[in-house]
Amino acid sequence: MTMHFLLLFSRQGKLRLQKWFTPVPEREKKKIVRDMTTMVLGRKPRSCNFLHWKDLKIVYKKYASLYFCCGLDAEENELLALEVLHRYVELLDKYFGNVCELDIIFNFEKAYFILDEFLLGGEVQETSKQVLSRSIEASDMLQEVSVIPRSR
Amino acid sequence: MPAVSKGDGMRGLAVFISDIRNCKSKEAEIKRINKELANIRSKFKGDKALDGYSKKKYVCKLLFIFLLGHDIDFGHMEAVNLLSSNKYTEKQIGYLFISVLVNSNSELIRLINNAIKNDLSSRNPTFMCLALHCIANVGSREMAEAFAGEIPRILVAGDTMDSVKQSAALCLLRLYKASPDLVLMGEWTSRVVHLLNDQHMGVVTAAISLITCLSSKNPDEFKTCVSLAVSRLSRIVSSASTDLQDYTYYFVPAPWLSCKLLRLLQCYPPPEDGAVKGRLVECLETILNKAQEPPKSKKVQHSNAKNAILFEAISLIIHYDSEPNLLVRACNQLGQFLQHRETNLRYLALESMCTLASSEFSHEAVKTHIETVINALKTERDVSVRQRAADLLYAMCDRSNAKQIVAEMLSYLETADYSIREEMVLKVAILAEKYAVDYSWYVDTILNLIRIAGDYVSEEVWYRVIQIVINRDDVQGYAAKTVFEALQAPACHENMVKVGGYILGEFGNLIAGDPRSSPLVQFNLLHSKFHLCSVPTRALLLSAYIKFINLFPETKATIQEVLRSDSQIRNSDVELQQRAVEYLKLSSIASTDVLATVLEEMPPFPERESSILAKLKKKKGPGAVSVELEDGKERGELNGGGDRGVPDLTNALSTPSPSADLLGLRSAAPVSGAAPSAGSLLVDVFSEAGPAAASAGVNDDGFLRFVCKNNGVLFENQLLQIGIKSEYRQNLGRMYLFYGNKTSVQFVSFSTTLNVQTKTVEPLVEGGAQVQQVINIECLTDFVDAPLLNIKFRYGGALQNISLKLPVTINKFFQPTEMAAADFFQRWKQLSQPQQEAQKIFKASHGMDTEVLKAKLLGLGTALLENVDPNPENYVCAGVIQTKAQQVGCLLRLEPNAQAQMYRLTLRSSKDTVSQRVCDLLAEQF
Repeated sequence: MTMHFLLLFSRQGKLRLQKWFTPVPEREKKKIVRDMTTMVLGRKPRSCNFLHWKDLKIVYKKYASLYFCCGLDAEENELLALEVLHRYVELLDKYFGNVCELDIIFNFEKAYFILDEFLLGGEVQETSKQVLSRSIEASDMLQEVSVIPRSR
Repeated sequence: MPAVSKGDGMRGLAVFISDIRNCKSKEAEIKRINKELANIRSKFKGDKALDGYSKKKYVCKLLFIFLLGHDIDFGHMEAVNLLSSNKYTEKQIGYLFISVLVNSNSELIRLINNAIKNDLSSRNPTFMCLALHCIANVGSREMAEAFAGEIPRILVAGDTMDSVKQSAALCLLRLYKASPDLVLMGEWTSRVVHLLNDQHMGVVTAAISLITCLSSKNPDEFKTCVSLAVSRLSRIVSSASTDLQDYTYYFVPAPWLSCKLLRLLQCYPPPEDGAVKGRLVECLETILNKAQEPPKSKKVQHSNAKNAILFEAISLIIHYDSEPNLLVRACNQLGQFLQHRETNLRYLALESMCTLASSEFSHEAVKTHIETVINALKTERDVSVRQRAADLLYAMCDRSNAKQIVAEMLSYLETADYSIREEMVLKVAILAEKYAVDYSWYVDTILNLIRIAGDYVSEEVWYRVIQIVINRDDVQGYAAKTVFEALQAPACHENMVKVGGYILGEFGNLIAGDPRSSPLVQFNLLHSKFHLCSVPTRALLLSAYIKFINLFPETKATIQEVLRSDSQIRNSDVELQQRAVEYLKLSSIASTDVLATVLEEMPPFPERESSILAKLKKKKGPGAVSVELEDGKERGELNGGGDRGVPDLTNALSTPSPSADLLGLRSAAPVSGAAPSAGSLLVDVFSEAGPAAASAGVNDDGFLRFVCKNNGVLFENQLLQIGIKSEYRQNLGRMYLFYGNKTSVQFVSFSTTLNVQTKTVEPLVEGGAQVQQVINIECLTDFVDAPLLNIKFRYGGALQNISLKLPVTINKFFQPTEMAAADFFQRWKQLSQPQQEAQKIFKASHGMDTEVLKAKLLGLGTALLENVDPNPENYVCAGVIQTKAQQVGCLLRLEPNAQAQMYRLTLRSSKDTVSQRVCDLLAEQF
């Protein structure tokens, strides 16, 4: 599941999270974000969740007021990508409890941390919700606790 | 659930974010941000040392500002400082900042790498993971240099925590993708492959991504993964939905891992080991069977996960393309999905069937769904689904259903979305031409195309219909009648006027017998459109008028009057004015005979017009043009320019404005003698070997033409042209391959593979553009088989696959050797053992012209020795073949027999395989 990027944006086209798994120049990033928001927001309701864009497959899904949208290699599995998005939503939901757009705005750094536990370099690192939640919780436990380096 | 006091402790950040959200305008936002930036800057510069918490807060604010889309040019140092904090959250924010705002500042990279190194050796799994995430997120070359050696060790070490292993595997994958030369798996290979057996499913899930990528690049080194993958897959497929605990996703056991395993297997051919293969086929059957079982949950996640595996299994079945039974089952399954209520499944079924349509085993099965696909094209509400339906119709089209499919695509065009019209037009034009049995149908189709979607009909398309009409006399009358009718529409597209003008100018006489389309009626009809047209079209119409004067003397007075009017003869456009003046003069002073000669019907289109060169020159670098020029010249010598006479869609008549000059005044007039008969011309165009015969076997007709020359066009179809330019010295050679996209649509996923190594080419070839690839060649020892070049790309929806023999032959490594008669015969005698000689007697397949023969023998690479053979009709040559292993001296004698039109060719060399190979190659050349 090689993902090139993952974007979260609102119905108004406001970008809430951007994760780039391959090196992309800043200018190009802005262009992609613009293309994605216009393309995806322009879709009619109940359209299919997949699009072709240049040589990438675009998979998106709307959760409440937020659109989750990712770009994949041409040979990737769209349905599985859809479930990657869903699992990420589940993780956010479990962490924040009934996650909403505001949680992601005010705790954007947490959204990035959770994503790093789940996806790394555009690939799925771990799929088990239990394992993932445990490690996210574990790092939360470390919040303000100093970790004394082990002596070696 | 962890207690989340949103933004705990970072109240300042929360306040700042709400401030930004409360900004009413962009200006207010920028003002607030600038205020914050000034504040942070002064804090960072202040005398008071900041504590970790404040540093974290400010770095986080900077990050937020950057993510809003503003530039950040400070704070990097503070972020790097956070990396070495022993408070987890501070470290975490530091790493996040670094990951998002990578800076190539070398001083910083050194510091960052240092911090990462400390965390990697901290033996604290949380810290190690943070460090690995950072490497994976940045993935720069500097990081690969610093850590590519260390990470494999962490990955396979027995005491590494599972979570760290997972991060290490994907981190390594990222580094490998960015800098493959720095990631050396060598000694780790087998331990990495055995991660497929790891007890922890998460570790397998992460490791398999790495293994798949490495396998696709080095299949041989990793091939032991096939049997491991099959047994892992088999265990998952046969497990009950509860067996895998939390790796079961909505009642589907391990969907991600299953898909990845199926994907890994697509890096390899079907397993050779019967038992492994049997087990795999069983898995695939089970997956297909499960699709028929009732769902275990109504949730869409359940069906998505289940079908993700199913589609991946179908991809594998299509990849193997060897199990007819599975292919047909796959096709039936997709057929069910075509009518599924889920739009996503319909979309994917259409997409997947496109690839299935190109397999010989399932092509027919795919065709049975034609009605459903046509229905999808008509009724789907979603344009991207309709697009897939159009792609599939294109892919499933063959002679048997072409008329139906073209008709449906045409009627779809009437309402098609603007975004896909041009591609649709091109597809219809290609199908109509490819599968035309009767040309009146072809003409109707293209004219309909212009009528329905005139704006999207590119020049190539209407040029092509004119070429075909000119070259087929049985369709000319019909074409004239049809355009005449089409032009009667009150509003018709300018492209229709162009085609109409050209065709009536040439063949209007064929319908002039009918009083309803008498010459004057025809003229008035054309002229009624004149004022609405652009300059190039008007220029074309003026040429049509002068042709009318020749065809129908009775129109002369009327037309002369038109030409003489101020709006023509004093037109502000130089081109129009010139035409009006010249045509008027021509019509008044030339005798009927001269007029008839000058304005004669256009000869059939020849193989290549100079206008193509003009087009090439315009579009491509000088290198490519010289290839073309030389090619044109040499082909002329070799076979009289007669055998590949297909002007195709894109090559046609592309002089710039004024387009399509009727009189050929501007481009070199085509020489009708050089053109093949119209019949054979079209046979070529309409033969099955067109572009959609996508997976034909190895194409080697181009190959033999290159034995005696180094430059030219190796391959050409309606989509792609491959030019070659090569040079050889001693045992080394260099070959430039030019891939030209002849269409106006880009080729995506363009790749070429050679059964030796090459550098990759650009994956995208824009319409009309050309990419170049260079291959360096070293001849190690003598050889018979030429390297095979495999080219794959997507054009529209269809995968194109072309295999070509690269014209690298042993004779390319000849060094010519001059020698006197005595030397020659002495050496000839020395090479008298039977196996040293190869001989062939064969019939001449081309003319036996002396100069041509000489040119070919020189082209072979040998020295042509004069005054050696006692019979002056014979040719003798000498050369040394240079390979890395040895040098092989080679003598040649060619004895033509003009009366019998036969040759005898004798080769002698110190190596039997060389004599035989050179003899075989050369025998095909005369």
